[in-house]
Formats: sequence, structure tokens, C-alpha cells
Amino acid sequence: MSKNLISGAEAVIKSLIEEGVDLIYGYPGGAIMPVYDELYKYQKEINHVLTRHEQGATHAAQGYARVSGKVGVVTATSGPGATNLVTGIADAQIDSTPMVCITGQVASHLLGSDAFQETDIIGISTPVTKWNYQVTKASEIPDVISKAFYIARSGRPGPVLIDITKDAQFELMHFKYKKCSAVKSYKPEPDISFDEIKKAADLINKSKKPLVVWGQGVILGNAEEELKDFIEKSGIPSVWTILGLSALPTNHHLNMGMVGMHGNYGPNILTNECDLLIAIGMRFDDRVTGNLDNYAKQAKIIHMEIDPAEVNKNVDVDIALLGNVKKTIPILTKHIFKKTHEAWISKFKLFDKIEHEKVINEDLFPTKDGLTMGEVVKIINEETNGDAVIVTDVGQHQMVACRYARFNKSKSNITSGGLGTMGFALPAALGAKMGAPNREVVAIIGDGGYQMTIQELGTIYQTGAAVKIVVLNNDYLGMVRQWQQLFFDKRYASTEMINPDFVKIAEGYYIDAKKVDKRSDLKKAVNEMINSKKPYFLEVCVEKEANVFPMIPSGASVSDVRLE
Amino acid sequence: MEKDKELFTVSIYTENNIGLLNRISAIFLKRHVNIESLTSSQSEIDDIYRFVILVNVSEIKIKRIIKQIEKQIEVIAAFYHTDKETIFLETALYKVKSKSLFEKKDIQKIIKNSQANIVTVSPEYFVIEKTGWRRETEALYNSLEPYGLLQFVRSGRISVTKEPMNISQILKTDKIK
Repeated sequence: MSKNLISGAEAVIKSLIEEGVDLIYGYPGGAIMPVYDELYKYQKEINHVLTRHEQGATHAAQGYARVSGKVGVVTATSGPGATNLVTGIADAQIDSTPMVCITGQVASHLLGSDAFQETDIIGISTPVTKWNYQVTKASEIPDVISKAFYIARSGRPGPVLIDITKDAQFELMHFKYKKCSAVKSYKPEPDISFDEIKKAADLINKSKKPLVVWGQGVILGNAEEELKDFIEKSGIPSVWTILGLSALPTNHHLNMGMVGMHGNYGPNILTNECDLLIAIGMRFDDRVTGNLDNYAKQAKIIHMEIDPAEVNKNVDVDIALLGNVKKTIPILTKHIFKKTHEAWISKFKLFDKIEHEKVINEDLFPTKDGLTMGEVVKIINEETNGDAVIVTDVGQHQMVACRYARFNKSKSNITSGGLGTMGFALPAALGAKMGAPNREVVAIIGDGGYQMTIQELGTIYQTGAAVKIVVLNNDYLGMVRQWQQLFFDKRYASTEMINPDFVKIAEGYYIDAKKVDKRSDLKKAVNEMINSKKPYFLEVCVEKEANVFPMIPSGASVSDVRLE
Repeated sequence: MEKDKELFTVSIYTENNIGLLNRISAIFLKRHVNIESLTSSQSEIDDIYRFVILVNVSEIKIKRIIKQIEKQIEVIAAFYHTDKETIFLETALYKVKSKSLFEKKDIQKIIKNSQANIVTVSPEYFVIEKTGWRRETEALYNSLEPYGLLQFVRSGRISVTKEPMNISQILKTDKIK
């Protein structure tokens, strides 16, 4: 055997190292064993975290990617290993998370023979990947992996899946790595039109009641400072989508809160009163817009967006500013006048006062006996000084956490937004902690979603990642129950749960655990959890049939947002 | 339901990739749009392929679909055109028993009048080819059917646009840095 020849499997590992990868989440199995054998040899260079289910590997990689801005990497075997990745890949696709998944595949001569653990993962993952490719020759591996990373992280990021047949992993090849810097037929960032930016600046300068709605594009583009400079110069009240959360500190004087189904009262109502809506790195999701026929019809709309396919997809816009917001915002800022909008902003404050009286005060300073999700989040804010990374699952607790969690730093809110994947938070929190080991990471999870990936407690214990896990337990699938109460005459079909002893389960995984059901014990328990240097589980028994308000009922207009 | 449906010819210039047909058809599938016909062939540029897809949708929808197609990594450019903007044809093959060619004199007249060609003749059967618009291949089908068609097949639409598409230009300037 020539000295210069290495196996395809080793080429996979060497390629990952070339891309700066030092952490992989995954699960071994027959068709990926050659790669795992190389991982064993390269364990000084690459830390492989064995999750307890492949879905957990994808969410952990997502949490890692979202908090660090790097590409999350996942490995899995063929067949069920690969199909178990699909939920996480779909989640990463809709939330634009950079991720590279490498799956083993049966040997190429067996393709199409229904071999053991054969599945057409290329076919299955096509609609939910930014790009995917099946490798059948070892010589393809370096170029394909380099292309995979380039595509995953450039432009609008997304997941890429590379399927490698087992024979290609064994085959010998000459390794030479060249980092990909361009792909014919792929343009990550569209050209910037200076004329359109000037037109947009004119609209902004003339506007009396402008509103900025920003999304995750600001965070993905590392454009937090650019956004801040823009809104501070223009004096425009600014609101965020759930994935835009934490791009601007909570206490910024122009941060007016969240839009959308459970967003803040003023931001939703005033969306239908502004004369100019400036959408920055967001995609007018239906949970943000409510009924499109009544969404900001009175306003001119400027859409700053990296993905041309998002422009005029849901909302017809007057001016589209294509490009990376990191580049387009500063040009726009240069062309606008310094202004303030005090009278307009006072309207937000007025609505905020109403929302406090009707909803927020009772959520955060409850007068009734039952513990509220809001007061738990408030105490977590206090105990972490707003410096924590907050990871949430999907449901009531997610809405409450995103409404009340306070943030000083960007990339601090990790949640499954577009896909709404229950089971996301626990593994994502592990990934977030490993991506930001010096930060406090608190997972806030409902009792339903927690049980969808509860086995990852084992991974958390094994890695020792000091994730703080808070389960807000109401013994219900709370959000569905809320809909049943409001729209299905309280027919609680299959939403009530008889839950296990969560403390015992955590302790079974050797994780320190505590349960709280009294207000008087809450602060101390949260304090103890935050001060722990180890993973820690805290169950908080909250009010069983509480509802999240404000709420835009499905199909209603943003201005029909309800407070009760 | 969707209003203002119209027939559009979608032309997609791509690099060659095994999974690309699946990726493109998945975009129509996700939006519940039926593909009327689809052909794929080499284009006027080396190593660049061209899909021609016929769909019946509204213009609003086809615009969005085109953007989703263009977003795919291996797609160089995608366009949509109305029938008025394109020159388009389909080819049909009709396999008929040879006996009827000699026994029924009408058939020869039908072939001649429809400007179809006889591609091959054997003792058992002969094959007629007709290239043209849908209504022409359909008319010939209707005329031949009474004589007994052994086989019939029609290709997907192929078309070129009246206006230039400047793919070479796009390849030079736009997508490659």
C-alpha cells in the first residue's frame, strides 16, 4: 500500500479537520463504521458526542451552531440512523441553521437492492436540505465535503446532507484538500442595488410612523451593531420575530417587543397603523403576519433580505433591498436623516401599559396561588442577570419565555421557530452549552416536549455539560389544551398527561434534581440551580390550565390581537 | 381555489446531477402543482442541461415557483413563458397494423393530409411520426384510432423562446464569481 493513500473514511475526518471541525454529534452503526474507526484514531482532534438518538444529534448540532455561528456537524448510519435525522434537518432548513450531516450508506453495488438498513436518504432529505449528495467514490470526498461546508454556511445558511456508501469509505485515495470558495450556479448573496437603497432612504426620511421588524437575518449576518446604529439614527421603534430575539438588548429604548401570534400588544396593533414597515432579515411567516389580507395594508413596505425567493412570497413589498443585511444596513443608515419619533413611540408605550395591566403584571407578579410560567422566567432573569442563553422547546412555555426572558447579548435565544419541533430544547441546550461553555445555558421546557427527547439526559451526564434544565410542568400539552379551551369548547382530546416522577428520572441519570410547587421555594431553588457547576434539573409545577395572552387567533388580523 | 390559471412553459438551465430532477419536481409537489409534461436534454451550452416543464398555474404562483427553483444550488437560471412567447412542439408516434395500410386506402390519405411521416414499415406493423401542436397530434390520433392503434406515445413539450435567454451571459457574469 502506497504511503500517500488513505481510506475514504480517513479522508472524511481529515476534511472535517480542514474545515475547523472539533466537535461532532452522532450515533454509530454498520454503514458508518469505517468513519467511526477513524474518529477513534483522531479523537484528540475531534470530540464525538454520542447522543442517545440521532434526532438528539441534529438538535444538539443546531444548538451549537446557533450559539456559536459555526456549522454543526452530525454523523449517523444508514437506514433508521439517517431517517432519524430528518426532523432536525427540516428544523434547520426552515430556521436557516448551518449544519452538515454525514450518513453512511450501504455499499454502492447494493444500492437499490433493499439491502439491510438501506434507505433512499437522498430522496427523503431532498425537500428539507439546502443541498445533498451521494458519494460512491472515495476520490470525491474532499471536494464534496468542502462544497458542503461552503453551501451550509454561505448566503442564507442551511442544512446539507452527504451520504457516503460503505465501499467509498473503505476505498483508498490520494488526499488533497482545497477549501471551496465558489460553486458554479450558486450565488450566495445577491447584488446590492444602491439605487433601491436610496429610494428606501427617501421613504424612511419622509415617513411619520415607521416601524422596523427584524428577524434572524440580523443574527445570521452578524449585523447586530449595524441594526442598532440604524435604528438609533432613524429613531424608529423596532420589534422582532421570535428568531430575531436577543439581536438587540431587551432594555434598548427602541426595542418595543415581539410581533406575532403571542407577541406584544402594541407591536401587533401598530403594525396596522405604521405608514412604513421596514422588514430586516425576516420572512413574513404566517405566525408573524396573521391574516395576510389585513396585514399592514396601509403601509409601504421595505424588505431587506438575502434570499430572493423570500421577496414577494407572502407579502408584496414596495422596495426589496436584496443582499446581506450586514452590508445593506450601513449603506441605508448613511442615507437617512437623524430623527426621533416621540409621539409615535408614545403609542407603543400606551399599549404596553394596557398589556401590563391586563396580562404582564399578573404573569410576573401573580396574585393568585398557582405558579405562573412568567414568574419562573422572571426569576431566571434575575438570577442570571439576563446574561444566560435561553433554550426553549415548543408550546406555551416557549411563548412565555420569549415574551419575558431578558437578554443583554445576541445569539442567546435558541428555539425551534419555523418547524415548531417539540423535543428540540434538551439536546439543543447541550449543543448550546458546548458551543458557549463559559455562558450559563438554561433550557426551559414543557412537560410534553421534554419527554420527546428525555433520553438525552444521558448524553448531558456523559459530557458533563452544565446545562440547567427547567421543566414547567402543567401536566398538559398546554398550547393544544389552550386551543381546545378557546376554539374547541374545552374538549381536551388527548392533551392531559399522567407524568412520571421527573426528579427520579433525572436522578436516575445521576443529575442533581429538585421539584418546586410553592412560590416561597421558587427563588431559592432557581438560585441553587444557577449556582451549581454541574448539570441540574428543576421541575416547577405551574398552574395547570393557564393560557398565554396576548393572542392572535389563527386566521385573524394582527390588529385583532386579544388580551383575554 | 386558485384563480387565473394559465399554461406556462418553464425552462430550467442546470448542471448535471443525479438528484436534481427529484429536487425540482419536489418544488412542484410541495405546492400541489401537477406537472403536465417534462423533458430534459442537453442545452446549447456544453455540460449545461435544460428542463422544459409544462404547468397549469396562476402567474403569481409560477413566479414564486421559479424563485424556489433558481434557489437550488445546481440551477443556473429558470424562466417561465406563455405560449405566445415561445415556439413549441410535441412529437407523437403511432404504431398501426401493416395490414390496414394496404387494405384501407384512407389511411394513406390521412397520413399525407396531416403531414405525418412513416418512420418504419415491417410486415406486421408500421410507425407514423407526427410533430406539431397538441391539437394536431390529437387530430391524427382521432383519425387513426378507428383503424386500431397498437401503440401510441406523445413526448413532452419542447420549446424555444422568441426572445433571447442569454444563458451564456448569466453564466459569465451573474452566478460565477
